[in-house]
Amino acid sequence: MIEFYLDGGSGVSPYLQLVQQVRHALRLGLLREGDQLPTVKEVVAQLAINANTVLKAYRELEHEGLVAARPGVGTFVTATLTDASLAAHGPLRLDLRRWLAKARRAGLDDESIEALFMSTFRTTAQEDIA
Amino acid sequence: MTAVLRAQALGRRYGRRWALRECTLDIPAGHVVGLVGPNGAGKTTLLKLAGGQLTPTAGDITVLGGRPAGGPAQLAKVGFVAQDTPVYAGLSVAEHLRLGEQLNPRWDAATARERIARLGLDPAQRAGRLSGGQRAQLALTLGLAKRPELLILDEPVSSLDPLARREFLQHLMEATAERRFSVVLSSHLVHDLERVCDFLVVLVDSRVRVTGEVDDLLATHHRLTGPRRDPDRLPAGQHVISARHTDRQSTYVIRTDDPIHDPAWTVSRLSLEDLVLAYMDQRTAERRVALEVQR
Repeated sequence: MIEFYLDGGSGVSPYLQLVQQVRHALRLGLLREGDQLPTVKEVVAQLAINANTVLKAYRELEHEGLVAARPGVGTFVTATLTDASLAAHGPLRLDLRRWLAKARRAGLDDESIEALFMSTFRTTAQEDIA
Repeated sequence: MTAVLRAQALGRRYGRRWALRECTLDIPAGHVVGLVGPNGAGKTTLLKLAGGQLTPTAGDITVLGGRPAGGPAQLAKVGFVAQDTPVYAGLSVAEHLRLGEQLNPRWDAATARERIARLGLDPAQRAGRLSGGQRAQLALTLGLAKRPELLILDEPVSSLDPLARREFLQHLMEATAERRFSVVLSSHLVHDLERVCDFLVVLVDSRVRVTGEVDDLLATHHRLTGPRRDPDRLPAGQHVISARHTDRQSTYVIRTDDPIHDPAWTVSRLSLEDLVLAYMDQRTAERRVALEVQR
């Protein structure tokens, strides 16, 4: 069982935060097939949020084929996200470390690095859509 | 589904002052509705009109399809927790529950007792000696045990400390997950309601400024930042809610159903709090524009 939390300052809507936390837990192997998610009532009572927020998050996860609701019982994980891409994390991290070292040598501070990364990330993401 | 609250050009005047005017609302059932606005905006007046403690000076209001306080059946359907969650100081917790049982035909005595036990309240304790948080929880217990189809709460958490506030909202939300009913609650702080409400009504200066499902509102409002530009040069579908300018930069909060393609703008999401503040800021923005025109 996982426990949800909400980050008020993130700007991400609460329902999306719940979706992301489930996906994240699936990627890290914290949630596996057959595991039960907290019931809507449990999440609502714990976080003091609107029940529709939780329902919407669970519906979205269902739509993505990651969980399935068993009426009267609860919501269960039906898929896994720890796929082949997990193996690629190591080498990619290594590349990223090298790039970060290069950026520091070029005199960029943490904020400049983050700004450069995010603006490049956004531009390529937009190019991919276009 | 019947609307939980429908108002048509609703108004209420105290002497010469309008506390609420031209209020037109259509709130569908099954929501937790946040009624937000500064102090003195007319929130309590609207809630009292819905509860039937006040009668309209102008317009109409129906609640769950009936006239507020229009008869025993209507009274049984609507629960009302007034500002500062008042209780009878001289009565004990158990006496409050007995009173509720005698006054309400649909009273759920078992749930009420169970809630009091879970809260750790002593049934023999006089209500006047409870803490603010405990008193609010007692008032909430009474409101819930009545099994209303609509529960109205006027500023239920504003006088509570952060922990009691959270506990109160946890219990209220848990109750809505257990048994579906509609809730309307007011606050002068959006932040208190941000997570709990899925429908919003913003009231400023006795008028409704914006209303709608929270998700829709968040999806259609954006903040645009970019090189200075006059509002009349924005596309027709973009309605300006608030605008700020420096000599070089413009920041707009706009409402639009269309995607924003203009590459000159940096587009960002608004939190519910920013959105409400933009509407509250409207009056000052209008004044500022007028000044600039004069110059």
